[in-house]
Amino acid sequence: MTKHALIALTCAALLGASALAATKVSPPKGPATISLPGDAGMAFKPGPGAGVVMANCLTCHSSAYVSTQPQLTRAQWTAEVTKMKTAYGAPIPDDQVPAIVDYLVANYGKP
Amino acid sequence: MDLGRGRFLAAAGAALAAGGIPRGAFSQNAATVQMPFANGERPLVAFPQKRPLILLTPRPPQLETPFAVFDHGVFTPNDAFFVRWHLANIPQSVDASAHRIAVSGEVNRTLSLSLDDLAAMPQVEVAAVNQCSGNSRGLFAPRVAGGEWNNGAMGNALWTGVRLRDILDRAGLKASAKQVQFDGLDGPPLPATPDFKKSLDVDVARGDDVIVAYAMNGAPLPVLNGYPVRLIVPGWFATYWVKMLSSITVLDHADDNFWMKTAYRIPDTPDNSVAPGSTGYPTIPINRMRVRSFVTNLADGAALPRGRTALRGIAFDGGSGIRRVEVSVDGGATWLPMALEQDYGKYSFRRWNGEFVADAAGSYTIAVRATANDGSVQPATPGWNPSGYLRNAIETYKVTVA
Repeated sequence: MTKHALIALTCAALLGASALAATKVSPPKGPATISLPGDAGMAFKPGPGAGVVMANCLTCHSSAYVSTQPQLTRAQWTAEVTKMKTAYGAPIPDDQVPAIVDYLVANYGKP
Repeated sequence: MDLGRGRFLAAAGAALAAGGIPRGAFSQNAATVQMPFANGERPLVAFPQKRPLILLTPRPPQLETPFAVFDHGVFTPNDAFFVRWHLANIPQSVDASAHRIAVSGEVNRTLSLSLDDLAAMPQVEVAAVNQCSGNSRGLFAPRVAGGEWNNGAMGNALWTGVRLRDILDRAGLKASAKQVQFDGLDGPPLPATPDFKKSLDVDVARGDDVIVAYAMNGAPLPVLNGYPVRLIVPGWFATYWVKMLSSITVLDHADDNFWMKTAYRIPDTPDNSVAPGSTGYPTIPINRMRVRSFVTNLADGAALPRGRTALRGIAFDGGSGIRRVEVSVDGGATWLPMALEQDYGKYSFRRWNGEFVADAAGSYTIAVRATANDGSVQPATPGWNPSGYLRNAIETYKVTVA
């Protein structure tokens, strides 16, 4: 039984193969100005530890860098927080790391 | 002739089916879109100089192009082009007339180039795909942390500017020159955070097609895409395409800054893939893109009418150009070549088209596979690496015919 078929079309040949138009384009002049929306209304979920998370994490990035992650394990969230300290220089006090990890696991982690 | 589910009809000269193209789940009017992975609901938000795009993160901004855009033309409109910044201190006003590119390091003479200086140099243009290293990261299984993109962290544009080589030759490279490092105007909120800088080997940097671009599709670059000038490294992942380019430093050593030595590394293993959980393998800096192809006019899960449905799509690779695009609807047992459309050069999207004909109701899986001129072909199963880079497996689209 003929159930379906695929057909390759050759009409593309009709389009020809004209070269790219070599039109002269001048570099821009003057200022270009935009206004970025900051965190666009996004925020960390409320709950225990949210304050310490906001105080440490929002310096460099919006909450979406956390909230869009897949559900990470405690080990993975710990690795992320450690990376923020060691690779990106986030001045997170060592004694605040457990609270941050607890919050991330509870709100954005693997149950 | 009857080959069962895998039967193909060759129909040279068939007219392009017009109208009735199912849009499936594609919509640019909805307030949110659902990516095809867990925790993938995203708002559509219009940032400055941009139409509503899929908002991954607002600060630093990461904006994904809705995939339906790729069906509308070979070049991605500037206002739909994806956005990705690493560091939140992004200048929100840049004066092109005051902008300078400093050239220093292992050179015979340092330079400070204005855009007027660039305008006086030979102008070149190249059509090239700009694709995030982590494009499609959200589709990794098992999932990995990072920017959770679907397939829209890419775009194709016609870039206009001057050859980097002409700039380097004007400065005069010393014999000690080993790599060329690029920096832009963006910076970190914290001084302790490594500034975003990327480097290329001198022989790559001096390539014919590496340019400092001041125009994108014939217009100034949007600020979020690097106004007034960005580096264009055709065939290479976007991490090297430094935006708001302000500094070119010739190094006498392999760059050991964080963004080269630690970040944006891939396993130096077969297919640059490792088993999840692996440790201790060597790594290298990410480099050229891998061959990919997509259907652009059908969403996964689309419902199609019985009979003929046009298939359209795009393919690209890391700079050898596309030799062949094929489609299978029988699980890969048989493949039919699609018609390749106009060639805009070996770094560009290459559009292709064909037709799917369903004579009977049922479910079908349409698979698309590209082969590049260098012989590379998309794998049937995706590789895996812990950073979620390089995804290029054969794409499949499940459709139902009523």
